[in-house]
Amino acid sequence: MDIYVSQLFTGLSVGSILLLIALGLTFTFGQMGVINLAHGEFIMAGAYTAYVLGDHLTTQVSILVALPVAFVIAGAIGLVLERLLIRRLYSRPLDTLLVTWGVSLVLQQAARDIFGAPNVSVTSPSWLDGGLTVGSVTFPYSRLFILGLVVVAVGGIAFYQGRMSQGRRMRAVMQNRELAACSGIVTGRVDQLTFFIGSGLAGAAGVALTLLGPIGPSLGTAYVVDAFLVVVAGGVGQIRGAVIAAFALGILNAFVEYWTQASLAKVVVLVGVVAFLQVRPQGLVSLRTRTLA
Amino acid sequence: MRRWSGHAGFVAAGAGLLVVAPMLLSDFRLGLLAKYLCFAIAAVGIDLAWGFGGMLTLGQGVFFGLGGYAMGMWLKLQDAGPGGLPDFMSYSGLEEVPWFWRPFSSGWVALSAAIVLPVALAVGLGFLIFRQRVRGASFAILTQALAAAFVILLVGQQRYTAGTNGLTNMKQLFGYDLDDPTNQRSLYVVVAVALGVVYLVARQLVKSRYGRLLVAVRDGEDRVRFLGYNPTKVKTLAFAVSAGMAGLAGALFVPVVGIMSPALLGVVPSLELLIGVAVGGRATLVGAVLGTILVNYAKTGLSEQFASGWLYLQGALFIAVVAFAPRGLAGLADLARRRRPSRAERPVVDLAQEPVTGPALEPAK
Repeated sequence: MDIYVSQLFTGLSVGSILLLIALGLTFTFGQMGVINLAHGEFIMAGAYTAYVLGDHLTTQVSILVALPVAFVIAGAIGLVLERLLIRRLYSRPLDTLLVTWGVSLVLQQAARDIFGAPNVSVTSPSWLDGGLTVGSVTFPYSRLFILGLVVVAVGGIAFYQGRMSQGRRMRAVMQNRELAACSGIVTGRVDQLTFFIGSGLAGAAGVALTLLGPIGPSLGTAYVVDAFLVVVAGGVGQIRGAVIAAFALGILNAFVEYWTQASLAKVVVLVGVVAFLQVRPQGLVSLRTRTLA
Repeated sequence: MRRWSGHAGFVAAGAGLLVVAPMLLSDFRLGLLAKYLCFAIAAVGIDLAWGFGGMLTLGQGVFFGLGGYAMGMWLKLQDAGPGGLPDFMSYSGLEEVPWFWRPFSSGWVALSAAIVLPVALAVGLGFLIFRQRVRGASFAILTQALAAAFVILLVGQQRYTAGTNGLTNMKQLFGYDLDDPTNQRSLYVVVAVALGVVYLVARQLVKSRYGRLLVAVRDGEDRVRFLGYNPTKVKTLAFAVSAGMAGLAGALFVPVVGIMSPALLGVVPSLELLIGVAVGGRATLVGAVLGTILVNYAKTGLSEQFASGWLYLQGALFIAVVAFAPRGLAGLADLARRRRPSRAERPVVDLAQEPVTGPALEPAK
C-alpha cells in the first residue's frame, strides 16, 4: 500500500513539473500554431538564473527571489524570440519547429560557453530539507513545494484567462483569431503577451528543477519532449486538458517504472498516447469548432 | 530536352561518385564520403515524407537505428561464430544468445529485417496516426517522442543492446575483412550504387500519379479526401518508403563506419538528418542529396577545427535557411536561372494543416 502511495506521489510530482512546462507550450501552440523547440532552453535559462542568484543571495531566500526573476528573464528571452523570428513564421507552423530548434542549439552552446559544460548544482534552502512523514511514507518538502508552486501557477493562469480582460482576449484569439481581430483585439500584442507568459512559466519550472538535482546546458531537452506529449494528449490550448494529461502521464510513468523497468516506461507512455489518440484524436479537451478536423 | 539533361546529370553524378571520387580521395576521405552518402540515402527518404508529403518526421533516427542494429547484430553474431556469444553479452553475464537475436545469425534475414522492420513500424504507427487525421505538428511531436523513447529503451536494455556503447568492433562482412582498405573501397561503391537506386526509386515515385497525389495531400488533405482518395493510404505509403530508406541507410552505415550506438539515432541526430534536406531544398531530390553531403562535409571540417563553433553555425544555418530561404539551395539556383519552381517545390500554402488555428492572419494594424 505504502509503495503505491509513494509512487502516486512521485507521479504527481513528475506530472506537476511537466504541467508547468506544458502550459506555455499549449498556449503558444494553441494560439499561434507554433511549436517551440527552444522552450526547453527557457527552462535552462530559469535554472541558471537560480544558480547565479544562489551565488549572490543567502540560500534561505534565493529561491523565492529566483522564481519571479527567472519568470521575467525567460519571458523576456521568449519575447525577443517571438519578435525577431517566430512572428515571421506564423503561416508556416512546421518551419517554426525547425527554426526554434536552431535557436535551441545556439542557446545551449551559449550556456555551455558561459557556465561550462559540466552540470552544476544549486544549494536548496534548509527549510526545504527533510520531508513530511505520514504513516511510513515520507513526502519530501522540496517536491511538496513544487506541487504548491504548480497549484499557484495553474490557479493564476485560470484566473487570468477566466476573469481578467487581458486573459479573456487571449482565449478569444485562441478560439478564433479572425473574429477576435474583427472585434478590435490587437492580436499581435496578445501573441506577445502569451509568448511572454508561456516562456516565463518555463523559467519558473527551471527554478523548480534546481531543487531536484544538478542542472546543465541540455536540461530542457529531456523535459520538453514529454511536455509536448502532454500537449498532444491533453488537447491544444486547454488548461484542463493539460492538467489532466500531465498528471495522467506522470502517474502512468511512475507506475510503469515501478512495475517493469525505467527504460520501458517511456515506450509504454508513447504507446498509451497513440492509443488514446485513437479514441480522441483531438486530445482530451478540445474546442468545438466547425473547422475541418 | 529537359528529359535528357536530367539523364545527363544523373550519369555525370554517377561517374563522379563511382570513378572520379575513388581516384582522387584518400582511403580516409573516401570512407567519410561513404558515410555522407549513407546519410544522403536517409535524406532522400525524408524528402519524400517531408518535402513532398508534408509529414515532418523527427523520428527518422529510429528507422536508421533499426536498420543499423539489424545489420550490427548479424555482424556481431558472425564474429562470435556459431554458438558463440557477442563480447558485450558475456561481459554483462548472459549465458546464451537471447531469442530475438537468434534470427539475425542469418545474413539474409538480417539484411531484409533492416528494411522490413522500419517499414513495419512506420506502417503501424503511420496508419494509426494518419487514420485519426492527427497531422502537422502533432505528428512531428509523436515521431520525436518515438526517437526519445527508442534511445532510452536501447540504453536501458544494456544486456541485450550494449547500452550507450552500442555495437562496435565489427570485423567481417560476408567473410570480407572490414579493416582492409580495399574492402572499404568496394563498400563505398556499394553505398554509392545504393544511393543511385534509392534516388531512382524516389524519382519514379515522385513523377508518378502517386507523387502528384502525395503533393496534393500535402497542400490540401481534405480536398483530396473529398475527391474520393484515401489520404491515410497515400501518407502511410510515403512514410513507410522513407522509413525503409532510413533502414537501408542504417544498415549500410554499420559496416562503413563500424559502429551503431544510441548517440547516432536520438532526437538530435534525427533532426540533423533534416538539415541537409532543408539546406538543399525540400521537394527536390537532388537538393536533398547535395545538401546532406554538403552539410556533413562542413560538419566534419568545422568540428575538426573548432567544436563549439560548429554548433553555433549549425544553429544559425538552420535558422537562416528555414526562416529566410525555405527552398534552400534549389531556390537560390532557380533565382539564378530565373526558373519558376515546379508545382511540387512551390512554397506550401497550408490550406488545412492546422485545423484549430487556421492560417494566421496578419495582426490588425
